Amino acid sequence: MVGFIRKILSDAVDAFEERTGLIKFLGGIARHPVPPDTGWWYVFGSAVLVCFIIQVATGIALATRYVASSGSAYQVLNYITYKAVLGNLLRGMHFFGASAMILLVGIHMIQVFLMGCYKYPREFNWITGVMLLFLTVAMGFSGQLLRWDQTAVWATVLAAEMIGRTPLIGKYLARFLLGGKTLGGATLSRFLAFHVFFLPAAIFTVVGIHLYLVVHDGISAPPVRGEKVNPKTYRAGYEKLLEEKGVPFWPDVAWRDVVAALVVVVTIVSLAHFVGPPALNNPPNPSLLANDPRPDWYMLWYFAVLALLPRGLESVFMVLAPLAAFVFLLLVPVVWNKGERHPARRPWAVAMVITVVVTIIAFWIEGSRSPWSPDFDAKPLPATLVRSNLAPVINGAQLFYDKGCEFCHTVDGQGGARGPNLTDVAARLTLNDIKIRILNGGGNMPSFAGLLSREDLNDLVSFLESRVRQPTQISGGTSVPVATASERIARAANDPAPHFSK
Amino acid sequence: MGNEDNPGVAVRGQALSPERRRFLGRLSIALSAIAAAIVGIPVVGFIIGPLIQSEEPVWRQVGAVSNFQVGQTVKVSFEDPSPMVWAGVTSLTAAWLRRLDAERFVAFTINCAHLGCPVRWLPKAGLFMCPCHGGVYYADGTVAAGPPPHSLFKYPVRVRDGQVEIMASAVPIY
Repeated sequence: MVGFIRKILSDAVDAFEERTGLIKFLGGIARHPVPPDTGWWYVFGSAVLVCFIIQVATGIALATRYVASSGSAYQVLNYITYKAVLGNLLRGMHFFGASAMILLVGIHMIQVFLMGCYKYPREFNWITGVMLLFLTVAMGFSGQLLRWDQTAVWATVLAAEMIGRTPLIGKYLARFLLGGKTLGGATLSRFLAFHVFFLPAAIFTVVGIHLYLVVHDGISAPPVRGEKVNPKTYRAGYEKLLEEKGVPFWPDVAWRDVVAALVVVVTIVSLAHFVGPPALNNPPNPSLLANDPRPDWYMLWYFAVLALLPRGLESVFMVLAPLAAFVFLLLVPVVWNKGERHPARRPWAVAMVITVVVTIIAFWIEGSRSPWSPDFDAKPLPATLVRSNLAPVINGAQLFYDKGCEFCHTVDGQGGARGPNLTDVAARLTLNDIKIRILNGGGNMPSFAGLLSREDLNDLVSFLESRVRQPTQISGGTSVPVATASERIARAANDPAPHFSK
Repeated sequence: MGNEDNPGVAVRGQALSPERRRFLGRLSIALSAIAAAIVGIPVVGFIIGPLIQSEEPVWRQVGAVSNFQVGQTVKVSFEDPSPMVWAGVTSLTAAWLRRLDAERFVAFTINCAHLGCPVRWLPKAGLFMCPCHGGVYYADGTVAAGPPPHSLFKYPVRVRDGQVEIMASAVPIY
């Protein structure tokens, strides 16, 4: 009986193969010869592909419940997250899958760059890889907006404003993004179409070309010091290497990709289970203003770059920098397509990677701190930090909060970080200096000349004059007592207020 | 191998001449392009429709004149100029409305002139402040500090039949 079933199955497979040739075709691809000793550095490309497959699978599952209606999507997201069976896990997998995909695309790109794998004849594979990098980031951003909470709504406005800075066609691009002149019913459907149709179709197409080129040009051999790429002789040398030492991709090399795939899957599912998806913000009501929109972690560094740019460069940078980065990356294999491949012989390539990675990490840290953003969550300073029973100081501390100073200045660890820390401002600035700064403003600080009465100004200065970290100040090597609070208040009140216009 | 008298004409059972092959190749490409255009033009037109579709600004009532005190700035919410049935709360927008005197009002957009973030009004400070990059504006909407390149945008405001009306219009793009 078993033999009979086996024969039927075997005949069926033979008939299928005779008509399609697929088994031979796919088997040939799976077992195509690759250079020996490729090792673990080569698993990142397939790891990215695994992430993409996870995104497609979890995305399709989420799409079975998602409703692309601006008015309902938020409720649907809540339902998926808190009520649907496995909904929370699926959202988490989709989020961490996206995060892993972006991270692994970056690592894969660094590996290919450092090993010189982009050189002849694999220039087009690099170029398709660059396209996939930008498509992946676009997928990430459009996915963040599908969360459709208040942060998503304001992130959409931000994106429209940024794209709106493009010369001549900016307004049209912004309208194209929003689906009209205002954010509303058409906006979310648009992002869904981008996220589940346009961008994935583009990714499928480019991934197809990318994989075809991997098979067509072969996996590059690990770089060897002193072994230079010469387009005239490379193909013959590569063919000879495969002939003499080549090993079949499946299973000699593929097993490492499978192990890496399992690690990626287990990591993503574990993070989804133990950490969970990003929490939903308030409902997507654009008339609610208590929001501080910021991108997901992978765009946080760029958010910081835009925040820290010198004024005047911003519009140019916003439009030109991504374009310049794209063009530069496309040109890498055009300009440097031959010569040394080993990183030990390409110190400038290594320095470039280190510089880019360190810069991105530094901006990322700044982005996560966002010191340029006012801290609207700051509370009035408690009596324990005001440390005074004097009415002007107490009133000054309240004014410090009421006038918005505390949103930008820290005192004893409380308040924003946009402006200088004022914990010991009295040790750094004279009474007159403090008044000048308050009245005149400057840079990122508004002028308060028309916003404070003389009494309020004196009380505010009294409070700031009481801000000293140490009980004594060191002057010329001699310890001198700090003026008492009451002495400072008397000085603040008697000192004629400088008159400055806005 | 076409007709010897007329090399451009095919003869049944014989291979096409190079000239005819070239002609048929070009004809096929041209016909394909026409077919793609017939499908593509309405598809692309529909997608970029929002760029060419006109949306007229609309006056929206935001409250009776008596609801607003002279010198005070308050947030008012209203529907955007083209609300769709399925838009839900996303069809809402807001403005900072300031009553200047008995008859005159000024309405600022809630969007920072820097990157469009929602600015907040600090009534005790008399300042607008942006949560994103710390842009600050005075009560009259002019830039007080930070990165905004110009003053807050304004909506046209009018008073009709004792009601304050704001002209709801597009999201201001710098």
